[in-house]
Amino acid sequence: MATILAVDDSASMRQMVSFTLKGAGYDVQEACDGSEALNIAKTKKFDLVLSDVNMPVMDGIELVTELRKLGDYKFVPVLMLTTESAGDKKMAGKKAGATGWIVKPFNPDQLLNTIKKVLG
Amino acid sequence: MSIDLSQFHQVFFEESFEGLDIMESSLLALDLSEVDSEMINTIFRAAHSIKGGAGTFGFMQVSSFTHVVETLLDEIRGGERSIEQEHVDLFLLCVDCLRGLMTDLQAGTEPDMSQADELKAKFEAILAGESPDAANSESIEAKAEGSENTSAADDTSDIGWKVEFIPCEDVLCTGNEPYRMFRELQDLAEAENGSVEVVPHLERLPEFSKMHPEMCYLSWTIFVRAAIELSDIEEIFEWVVDDCDIRYQRLADADLSSIEAHHSPDTEETSDQAEAVAADNNNENVSVEETSEIDVAISETPAEKIEQVTEKLAQAVTQQAKKETSVAPAKAPSKTAAKAAENTSIRVSIDKIDGLINMVGELVITQSMLGQLGQEFDVSRIQRLQEGLSQLEQNTRELQESVMKIRMLPISFAFSRFPRLVRDLSKQLDKEVDLVMLGESTELDKTVMEKIGDPLVHLVRNSLDHGLESAEERTANGKSSAGTITLNAYHHGGNIVIEVKDDGAGLNKDRIRNKAIEKGLISDDEVLSDSQVYDLIFQPGFSTADVVSDVSGRGVGMDVVRRNIAELNGSIDVTSTPGKGSLFSIRLPLTLAILDGQLVKVGEEVYIFPLVSIVESIQLEKSMLNNITGNQYVMQLRNDYIPIICLQDIFNIDLEKKDLEGAMLVVVEGDNEKIGIVVDELLGQQQVVIKSLEQNYQKVDSISGATILGDGTVALIVDISGLNNRPLDKNSDDQTQAA
Amino acid sequence: MTNAAQQTNNDVSPGSGSEDEQQYLTFIMAGEEYGVDILAVQEIRGWEATTVVPNAPDYIKGVINLRGTIVPIMDLRSRFNLERVEYSPVTVVIILKVETERGERVMGIVVDAVSDVHSISDSDTRNSPELIEDLNTEFIRSLVSIDDNMIILLDVQRLLTIDKQLLNLAADVAADNE
Repeated sequence: MATILAVDDSASMRQMVSFTLKGAGYDVQEACDGSEALNIAKTKKFDLVLSDVNMPVMDGIELVTELRKLGDYKFVPVLMLTTESAGDKKMAGKKAGATGWIVKPFNPDQLLNTIKKVLG
Repeated sequence: MSIDLSQFHQVFFEESFEGLDIMESSLLALDLSEVDSEMINTIFRAAHSIKGGAGTFGFMQVSSFTHVVETLLDEIRGGERSIEQEHVDLFLLCVDCLRGLMTDLQAGTEPDMSQADELKAKFEAILAGESPDAANSESIEAKAEGSENTSAADDTSDIGWKVEFIPCEDVLCTGNEPYRMFRELQDLAEAENGSVEVVPHLERLPEFSKMHPEMCYLSWTIFVRAAIELSDIEEIFEWVVDDCDIRYQRLADADLSSIEAHHSPDTEETSDQAEAVAADNNNENVSVEETSEIDVAISETPAEKIEQVTEKLAQAVTQQAKKETSVAPAKAPSKTAAKAAENTSIRVSIDKIDGLINMVGELVITQSMLGQLGQEFDVSRIQRLQEGLSQLEQNTRELQESVMKIRMLPISFAFSRFPRLVRDLSKQLDKEVDLVMLGESTELDKTVMEKIGDPLVHLVRNSLDHGLESAEERTANGKSSAGTITLNAYHHGGNIVIEVKDDGAGLNKDRIRNKAIEKGLISDDEVLSDSQVYDLIFQPGFSTADVVSDVSGRGVGMDVVRRNIAELNGSIDVTSTPGKGSLFSIRLPLTLAILDGQLVKVGEEVYIFPLVSIVESIQLEKSMLNNITGNQYVMQLRNDYIPIICLQDIFNIDLEKKDLEGAMLVVVEGDNEKIGIVVDELLGQQQVVIKSLEQNYQKVDSISGATILGDGTVALIVDISGLNNRPLDKNSDDQTQAA
Repeated sequence: MTNAAQQTNNDVSPGSGSEDEQQYLTFIMAGEEYGVDILAVQEIRGWEATTVVPNAPDYIKGVINLRGTIVPIMDLRSRFNLERVEYSPVTVVIILKVETERGERVMGIVVDAVSDVHSISDSDTRNSPELIEDLNTEFIRSLVSIDDNMIILLDVQRLLTIDKQLLNLAADVAADNE
């Protein structure tokens, strides 16, 4: 089954995302900020990374930038969870190499649909 | 599949409250003359998470309110606006308001939005009035939404769409796979019984030697033959629309012949090529059809499982809920819910849990060792048995300590409210105050922490209101204009000591004395030591403030503070130096669950005295005794005169009257007063687990609880401060017979 | 003493209960048979020494350790103002539990001996407690006749409520006696 790394500093969001994805049969690992995520990503290759943008220590944009520097993550889809309705965060994310975004608030079904599309 | 989001609500509330605390403390720490951008970021992140979570978990009121807060914060963060004191004040009000909303939501009641709406209007005014940019961008957004709507409405087509898709060369490096988009289009079309045709173009392919394997040189024309709205197709390309050239055209309008023209024999080959590229980059070797089958499989099996699990969960939850409601049927539902939520969970660091698991592991090893020993035991192995038992004792003790640690939290949880409180109060009282907090990582039991909060607030308010002088007065006395209040916490023996110190005027002995005389608490010729005078402020109905202020209330308070602390088996005392300030010092047990006890025997009964209250134990000699009134005796112990009481009298134990001479006396101290208690015998000391007597019975005067001794019998724990405060018993002392 | 409970349970013929029938555990005290709702009975134990609680009403014999919980023990004879007797090997303690607004409350009552378990239909009971003399009628729910024997059904909820007023009264009486 596809493996997903879910990154969010908010425990409730992380739990919701993780619960939803696990329920759909994905293998999910959680990280609570970019730097933790990066460390986990270095030890194991995930099929998809799902990350919040605003996080302490290392934010989502920086995480994508760092991930794209890793050989293993050159083409791995990285989706940003963002509430930013303004385009600048999305653009910053794209520029850093994010594949796309899921706009908060979203419900579990929306999340699953998007993930399903990306992972096939 | 449906997921019940309410299962995440509790976590959401907890982290939101934490977030609000962070917002508050950061706002308070913010130095407007030199704004720390990371601090603004922290505040923003907290608001942002609350908004995001609220939206996700269906609390739209909170989400929309937090949105304006977040927007202003974002502008400040982005440097579009500098932060003003007015903003900080407003943000702090928002924190309060959000706390209220969250508390209501957590309790399951509909929150009152009136304050939030008011604040929201203020924010909107700031956002609109002072920054036209922001207002504009909002209206632009609105317009954009509007136009999208109209286009979506117009775009119903029953024939389909031609999509020219010319991706940027590095599209793959963002993890965007053209193949995925084709697949999505196919799904979309098939759902409408349509079809998709993908025609690749090779024009951009460079010479092989110049080709970079990570680049995408292909472009495509896609014919979507299905009744699909353009917005659905646009959504598929949403993530790449900014870097790629994408053109849409209605098939009806498109040149049908051009479709034929492009439908050349080499199409298949190139589409294979495209797929190969895709497959390389994706480790995905399934065809479109296969994938969709797997999709179905995925979505069915686990979904069923989830449904089963959720159902079970729901059942469990309802059962639990039923239990709870049946337990407390009389209480108002909202309060019960809030209370329950407050008490149900505790966050524990993984370290503590790991330590616990280790400990249990060792316990299991010891148990199996002992079990084996028991199976083939003979006297020769008695030493091993003893070793095993002492190992078991150590395991048990360690396990107990670790379990206790789980309930321990740093006192910063109780201190965290003070920066805000001091800020607001000093404004209200027009005093300059610096707050210093020390020993914030000192840990104590969660229950004790919850109960010490209010008394601490009272003490800090009292110090601010009565202790610290006004700035003018301070300057006149050669002090710095700003007063300092220091909160300190540290461990001392098995206790935690919490201090509230101010550098104000100190307690005014004469005024306290006069007040006490006026209130009839003491007679005007009574000789009192300094500490006895200071102690008067803890008497019920005592207040020295000339002006009764809103801040410290109306003379109810210090006595309540002392009572609350005594209920926690703690004590409070005060020292003071005129002109230099006062120090209130609270001493509390680290936990309410366990007590170091001295076992004493009276008649056939065993009682337990908290070890911390015991000053000393002595054998009475006649020379120590003084008969004061009737049969009331006092004993001179160094410079103190200590009243003597017999436990058997207080507890009405039917025993022969006691001869005081040669009797065993335990001198205890509670509420700063010493008394001597006559008992029959001193037994050992041990840690005892405190059990409730009230649960099945009721509160008993002078008894704080019960415990179970090693032999399985029950022993009662004596409440020392309760003994001290017990109403003067007219009868009991009569039984004490002179020596 | 759990044997006693099992034995009495066996006396109930299976399937005899109709819709409105309730089972009652009955016990003997001073020659009278009393019944308590069996759903309120947690267990039956032998008498064991208690730890005396200071200044308790005299019908509270003290507290015992019931698997880690502190449980008060009430002498029912004393509560009903009946003549006291020495506890004997057949003296039993019935552990009762009731729901109160403060949560579940567990208490033991000391009775002379356990008697039987009866299925009693509500329609068979009579409310005429005033017919019995010398008995504290406050705790009586109803009366019922079974094979010419009268059984007094008790209100467990009331029984387990330690009346504050009564308590103070007891304290006053104690004080007056001194």
